[in-house]
Amino acid sequence: MISKRIIPCLDVKNGRVVKGKNFQGLQDVSSPVELGKYYSDKGADELVFYDITASFENRALFTDILKEVASTIFIPLTVGGGINDLTDFDRVLKCGADKVSVNSGAIKNPNLIYDAAKRYGNQCVVLSVDAKRVDGTFKVFAKGGRENTGIDALEWIKRGIDNGAGEIVLNSIDTDGVKGGFDLEMLKAVCDISSVPVIASGGAGNISHFVELFKTLPKVDAGLAASIFHFGEVEIKDLKNTLKANGIPVRLI
Amino acid sequence: MIVICDYGVGNLYSLASSFKAIGKDVVISGEKSVLEKAKKIILPGVGAFSDAIGKLREKGLDRVIIERANLGVPILGICLGMQLLFDKSFEYGEHLGLGLIKGEIRPIKDVIPSDLKVPHIGWNALNFSKEKSPIFKYLNEGDFVYFIHSYYGANCDSSVIATTEYGATLTAAVSNKNVYGCQFHPEKSGEVGLKILKAFCEME
Repeated sequence: MISKRIIPCLDVKNGRVVKGKNFQGLQDVSSPVELGKYYSDKGADELVFYDITASFENRALFTDILKEVASTIFIPLTVGGGINDLTDFDRVLKCGADKVSVNSGAIKNPNLIYDAAKRYGNQCVVLSVDAKRVDGTFKVFAKGGRENTGIDALEWIKRGIDNGAGEIVLNSIDTDGVKGGFDLEMLKAVCDISSVPVIASGGAGNISHFVELFKTLPKVDAGLAASIFHFGEVEIKDLKNTLKANGIPVRLI
Repeated sequence: MIVICDYGVGNLYSLASSFKAIGKDVVISGEKSVLEKAKKIILPGVGAFSDAIGKLREKGLDRVIIERANLGVPILGICLGMQLLFDKSFEYGEHLGLGLIKGEIRPIKDVIPSDLKVPHIGWNALNFSKEKSPIFKYLNEGDFVYFIHSYYGANCDSSVIATTEYGATLTAAVSNKNVYGCQFHPEKSGEVGLKILKAFCEME
């Protein structure tokens, strides 16, 4: 039986991980390589590296880091941030990324998902959607959640899948950062229309939120989080043991 | 010399790195002359079957791989690389493969319940067939490996060495004498995956 995936997300700026505190036995918490390896050793099923570097010059630094990660850690790597065209896909795939996550780039360039899926395969293209409730419907937000595009999120996701997206990451802006649990209502709406795996993001504050997520919505394939892992609030090993104790299939190492 | 067959589909960086991690040198090449001398061949691949087999044929690499396989050189196909070893595939039409594994490649959606998602993405457990294959000598039944695929090996019962459960029993790995294929990605399956590559490297 396929297991539910636990995915830590690392924000990388100018080659360093943003956020993070002291981890036992870890020399450099800001090193994407060290932190990625730490998570992998603790049982992370996949890693997401999000490049929040603003300048073009520093992007090269990110690809160097990615290469180092890919030569040290042998679990799937997803890369996002600043993916606007096929050149960006090419750049990160050559450095060892397995999947590429598109967000604003797909809004700016409506052909991006289709073109990328055609060239690299559906399995390579992850559509990441920042969504928020507006007047009772879910709308897609751009620019890191600051700008309402007016696009209906469910329509957008359907279209993305039709164009070749092989996975959906749903970040609920409404629950993000609140640490009160995942946005089960929004996730259910997405699961109901999605024929591809759905990754839940935004709102995890403790272990029980993951149990609640997978128990309530068995169709959700994975849970993604950043700060609770970076600040050591949740240990992946404890999380997976608890999920298993609750009858949720996980990979234990 | 272990050669990763490079025929222009997909990125081989992680795959090459995973061999380095277990202390094995590999050569990445798409040259016939290099593959003709290979002591072991890795056949990777992502994307569509017809593109991949077309590119192999274009470069004449299909014949070299078949020749080496017949000479007893260990071959390991990974993901689409495994599928290429089969007689044929029904991905977007009907295409002939290398014919090193008896059977054909068919869509997962034909055999799994409709509420399950395609691609089959994620970590799933391996169930070995009765006799444990030497490529799994360092593994335990139920070890998890990473899958990402929409098609699977069908009608290949005599070659199946491991299966996985995803609403149906799917082919996870096959072998025919010295020819091996994994539907999952050993190079993305953590320590378990590296143990598979190690076992393959140790084959004569």
